[in-house]
Amino acid sequence: MATETEALVIGGGSTGCGIARDLALRGVDTTLVERGNLTHGTTGRMHGLLHSGGRYAVSDQESAAECIAESRVLREIASHCVEMTGGLFVQLPADDDEYFEEKLAGCRDCDIPAEVISGEEAREIEPYLTRDVERAIRVPDGAIDPFRLCVANAADAEKHGARIETHAEVTDVLVEDDQVTGVEVRHESGPGKRSHHEPGTTERIEADHVVNATGAWAGELGAMAGVEVEVRPSKGVMTVMNTRQVDTVVNRCRPKGDADIIVPHETACILGTTDVEVEDPDDYPEEQWEIDMMIDTLSELVPILSEARTIRSFWGVRPLYEPPDTGTTDPTDITRQFFLLDHADRDSLEGMTSIVGGKLTTYRLMAEQITDHVCEKLGIEGNCRTAEQPLPGSEDFSVLRDYMEEFGLRSPVGRRSAERLGSKADEVLKTDDPNPVVCTCEAVTRAELDHAIADAGTDLNATRIRTRASMGNCQGGFCAHRIAALLHPEYDEATTRTALDELYEERWKGQRHALWGEQLSQAMLNHALHATTMNRDRDPAASDDGIEYDRFDAGPPTPEAAADGGRAGACDGIDDGEDDRGD
Amino acid sequence: MAVVLVRATESTTGRTTVAIEDEVCVIGGGLAGMTAALRAAHEGARVRLLSHKKSTLRHASGLVDILGYADGELVADPFDALSSLPKTHPYRRVGNDAVRAGLSLFDDVTGDAYRGTHTDANALVATHGGTVKPTARYPARVAPGLASRDRKTLLVGFDSLTAFDAPLAADHLAAAGVPGTTRGVTVAFPGDFRADSRVTRFARALDDDETVETASGSTPVRRALARTLESHLGDAERVGFPAVLGEGESQEVREALESSLGIDVFEVPMGPPSLLGLRLEALFQEALDEAGVRRTTGNPVTEFDASDGRIQSVSTDRNGRPTPFHADEFVLATGGLVGKGIDSDREGVVEPVFDCHVPHPDDRYEWFDDEAFGDHPFARFGVDVDDDLRPLDADGGAEYDNLRAAGGVLGGADFAAEKSGSGISLATGHAAGRAAGAAANQ
Repeated sequence: MATETEALVIGGGSTGCGIARDLALRGVDTTLVERGNLTHGTTGRMHGLLHSGGRYAVSDQESAAECIAESRVLREIASHCVEMTGGLFVQLPADDDEYFEEKLAGCRDCDIPAEVISGEEAREIEPYLTRDVERAIRVPDGAIDPFRLCVANAADAEKHGARIETHAEVTDVLVEDDQVTGVEVRHESGPGKRSHHEPGTTERIEADHVVNATGAWAGELGAMAGVEVEVRPSKGVMTVMNTRQVDTVVNRCRPKGDADIIVPHETACILGTTDVEVEDPDDYPEEQWEIDMMIDTLSELVPILSEARTIRSFWGVRPLYEPPDTGTTDPTDITRQFFLLDHADRDSLEGMTSIVGGKLTTYRLMAEQITDHVCEKLGIEGNCRTAEQPLPGSEDFSVLRDYMEEFGLRSPVGRRSAERLGSKADEVLKTDDPNPVVCTCEAVTRAELDHAIADAGTDLNATRIRTRASMGNCQGGFCAHRIAALLHPEYDEATTRTALDELYEERWKGQRHALWGEQLSQAMLNHALHATTMNRDRDPAASDDGIEYDRFDAGPPTPEAAADGGRAGACDGIDDGEDDRGD
Repeated sequence: MAVVLVRATESTTGRTTVAIEDEVCVIGGGLAGMTAALRAAHEGARVRLLSHKKSTLRHASGLVDILGYADGELVADPFDALSSLPKTHPYRRVGNDAVRAGLSLFDDVTGDAYRGTHTDANALVATHGGTVKPTARYPARVAPGLASRDRKTLLVGFDSLTAFDAPLAADHLAAAGVPGTTRGVTVAFPGDFRADSRVTRFARALDDDETVETASGSTPVRRALARTLESHLGDAERVGFPAVLGEGESQEVREALESSLGIDVFEVPMGPPSLLGLRLEALFQEALDEAGVRRTTGNPVTEFDASDGRIQSVSTDRNGRPTPFHADEFVLATGGLVGKGIDSDREGVVEPVFDCHVPHPDDRYEWFDDEAFGDHPFARFGVDVDDDLRPLDADGGAEYDNLRAAGGVLGGADFAAEKSGSGISLATGHAAGRAAGAAANQ
């Protein structure tokens, strides 16, 4: 039996979710399938820069102009996902004057507000910049939370009738007579509440049009339909620092290069990045030199980074694309523009379109263009409203209200919660029950976690990306078990335990790349708390071998029972006040 | 009898000060350092204990483990299993007698506050995560809750204390096969406490039996708590709370609850800040004061002076001013990675006070296992020692003739996986303290 849909979007990243929202707002019956969780691919693995376009103002002016235009849109429609930190392009003595001037002119050509400030002024804005700063260009860069952005798009799509299916991997693209007719998906464990399918079952979804929005995986998906999509996945490392050493986005003002940007993000800073082409976007080396380069090179800009605490590192793969026969060898030279591949024109295969290239900042524009295209194919009329219609959570200005009094939360906690939740803050935080902070590092309260769990079910990594719980210094050491406990009793003990193990393993994965100094110390403390104090590493409930409890001490014996050594069964009716310490 | 030496020297500021001279100087105020200091004092030495920060005991459950697992297998009798450990394990360095002697010193210090002396067998204690863990000594306030006692048990959690979810822990213990039935209930702690109150706030309210407002009027908090539970007790034969039942007056609090409820009351050890760990620290500090150990706290040891293969003095740094401490014998008990007795950067792993050799792989990607609970090399990082606990240099020779190491700073054991941390601190602290005290007497 097959299910049917007008449009099927493959990929739950920013592009796919943006497309699903746009289609749904235009009244198209839409289904989105994602093999993992939302943001599972590249969207969840980027440094969260809301580009002013300054970065591309010399090399790729078309991208730069798109960035500034879309940045302006996102500040309006997704204010609760954006922090306008501002950005600096910093020139050090070794950096070329001519390039600095080109950058400035390029920004102006692309309508990017740009102002030159002296080294002294730059250091007033960012006191930890090196004393060697010559001068800087100030641009409207910002930080954007890709997780909240994606979830907000998916939620709005769903509100407008779309079906969003996570943990549903496409196993086959159905092709009949040069026409894509749908896909087959396999439902996986489906920890989220939204998945109503048995793990391991397959489903045929028939669609009038299929959109391949799988980014770096577009080549693999294309191959299932028998077409070649020349995506060139390129990995980049992002290293997370424990605090905001800078409050504005700091870029090195020189032509392309690795390790040239620091993005303040929530309570942390993210250092980036490298650019190395990889064969397989699911399997590539995560290398030590990349992290060392982030720290060593970026501490030329901000010297305290060399001594600062790194809490984890992660890698993402860019979905770079270039038209066949361009032949660029260095991935840093490949354009950041996006491409809509109409397989009907290109490969004489009807019913499928791929979208490749591009970047998070322009996700909405990409979604608009592909939605126009799909609507044309489907013969549906409808105007794009995504540039005007705010995303859920950002409708009103309550973000700036002080929630301290209203919700009895201490100020920083209330402010952080309100910022994360936007206009949903009232709904989520108004509770008659006590609302303790569960994740201290990121100031996430129980009410906020309960709200996220209501949506994400047992998938605690989905709850994590909605709330930032367990993403701070301790990486879940102090809170992972507290977060998991919120699943019970709605979910049973075994399910809760599995969910905790998944969250804890996921947190461990990223920390491995930060294991020295403070974070190695933290890792040992976490190991002690979870293994020594809680004995989670040798949990008898997880083992097939039962414990023979009667071989163990059952408490001090009463004097008359002392003869048999006080093992189990020998100490009925003991009185703790009367034991004999016999030593 | 110790002789007090006083000598005038020039300090770095040019002013004449009185040099501080002791026979044994112990660096590090955790369980190993306190044990070493106490044991050295018992030898008749004049002992100085230098500690920098709060000890890691506030992170510790307060249970005293000797050995819970060997080769990953649960151990019923730790003393039987010691000989199966590798030769480089700290327990093998000091020998079984030292393990027993360290534990005996612990028993003397803690007296009635701890249980477990009646048997060599491990006890299984319910953890706040809902598992059970093997341990050799447990606080009296934990004792009525041992998992091997076949009892109908009620666990009680407080709705604002998120680290202990009693209904979840009860189901988890059932899955672990503990004898007897276990139920859990979550209640509101009586009174109007802030939603994110620290555990010490609840403990203080119970210590002082503060009056709280309840639906039935003003009530002392102990009685109000007992009343909250009445309707939940059912056929329970014992009731367990998270370890927040008082600090100084814990016994009185527990007795008051037992008398109101008519059944045994016990506590479940918790993570940081751990009242049981802090209580253990307080017991040792009392013993140190009684034994005449001089304690100097608050400043890190940053420098040392050595000649002829011997440490002559160490200096703490007080706002940039070094304060030297002279002694004949030194004990390094600065802890492991958590307490920064072992430190690291991207280039390598070091022991920061004396720069003793710490064996470790050059490639930092070989320091860990890919699984969160894998066999982590970093968990074994620490100094290597000879049978007299003297740290060894890269060539296998003693770093200094009069320097011994004890506790977490020692390598060769993953205390978290073995459940052996406190035992290693007691055994090696005892051995190092005794040897240092004896050497100082010569």
